[in-house]
Amino acid sequence: MRVIHPFTGERMEEQLKLIIESLLFSADKPLLVKDIQGCLPGREPREIVEALETLAHEYDAMNRSFSLKEVAQGYQIRTKPDYGPYVLRMMKRSATRLSPASMETLAIIAYKQPVIRQEIEQFRGVDTGGILRTLLERNLIRIMGRKHLPGRPLIYGTTRKFLEVFDLNSLESLPKLKEIKEFGIGEIQATQTHENKTPEASAVQEEAVETDPSPTDSGS
Amino acid sequence: MMDYEVKLEMFEGPLDLLLHLIHKNEVDIFDIPIATITDQYLAYLELMKSLEMSIAGDFLVMASTLIHIKSRMLLPGRSDEDEEEDPRLEITRPLLEYMQLKEMAKELAEREILGRDVFARNYATSFDEYPDMVPNPDVTLFQLMDAFRRIVLREEGQGNLKVSLEKWSVKDKVESIISLLREKPDIFFEDIFKEHREISEFVVTFLALLELVHMGLIKVFQPSQESRIRLTACFDEGDPSVYGGEDGRTA
Repeated sequence: MRVIHPFTGERMEEQLKLIIESLLFSADKPLLVKDIQGCLPGREPREIVEALETLAHEYDAMNRSFSLKEVAQGYQIRTKPDYGPYVLRMMKRSATRLSPASMETLAIIAYKQPVIRQEIEQFRGVDTGGILRTLLERNLIRIMGRKHLPGRPLIYGTTRKFLEVFDLNSLESLPKLKEIKEFGIGEIQATQTHENKTPEASAVQEEAVETDPSPTDSGS
Repeated sequence: MMDYEVKLEMFEGPLDLLLHLIHKNEVDIFDIPIATITDQYLAYLELMKSLEMSIAGDFLVMASTLIHIKSRMLLPGRSDEDEEEDPRLEITRPLLEYMQLKEMAKELAEREILGRDVFARNYATSFDEYPDMVPNPDVTLFQLMDAFRRIVLREEGQGNLKVSLEKWSVKDKVESIISLLREKPDIFFEDIFKEHREISEFVVTFLALLELVHMGLIKVFQPSQESRIRLTACFDEGDPSVYGGEDGRTA
């Protein structure tokens, strides 16, 4: 069966875009460029990415209830948050929820992976066995192996599904931490010397540094 | 003993409680008034004890750490401050890390979460993960009872539940569950209670389900702790006119 007609120029591009749209429309998971290419022999990944970008822009311009999102390195049509409550009503289910404790545990794993349970518990100061099990069951985290330590503890990391659920393209697209990240003990001492500094003040330090050369009081 | 009313907040762990005390007292995390915080921390543990709540070991470890720091702060000869480390760092650092963690969790929670804020095609099935639909036979009677109670409560919440004379028989319900499964060999636990309005009907349907499990005509399983309980047919197309053979056992 011939699917693609040897159109030329604009019309061919239009056709390519619509074919890709039909794939996205009917897919039940984010489609990788590779997946799309598999259905379109002879097409370059670059052409496919361009068509995807065009589609994304078109949806935005049309102001639809959905948009084309890039998640877990793939592409997926998703509804916009404004319409979530109605979709839930249609599905007769409540929103997927994670408890604050699960969220914290998941956050540690996401940012610190590969990580072992002991490290997670150090962070949170409480036992996390039950939470880890739940997160494993929900396929948000996975066991990556065992560490060469006494007891051979399990190493945890996040899954592809985690990226999908949290609207992330890759782990690199996790929101950047507000610089407490490198707080080794040395930095705490450094901050301590500025006796009057509150933690809030130090948290905005980074931004302050960037805007420093043009202070507002220079005008008057 | 005094009578007093307390509004008890639940803390995830010792760090959570400490952070709460620091915010409540509006003190600088880099200059924690260790005596005050320690006293309040211990008072809180007392309170937990007086309410006969079990106190996790983690809370006690932190209590001893706090007391230890407090005693070190009281020791004389800390004049050469530049050389000796502030004993409070022992809790400042974990606290900072914990604050950062809360921040990370908040960032994650604020994203456009699939299944909460945004939706994609076929999302319902892709999220609940029925790994290859392998029946997991680990549903206990208690889990079933729980699920049943939830359904009754939900219906009750809608104010639609009336109690009246028995109009339902286990036999009828067995037939209707079987016919549901004939249409679709794999259904959710809730599905068999559709359009039920009266509590007796719920109960009879539930008994019918137990009966069917007993006869080995359906399998009940739950793919994971938090997912919905599912029922699958274990009979062939023609097979079940079954009921009627041993019908002595109606409720």
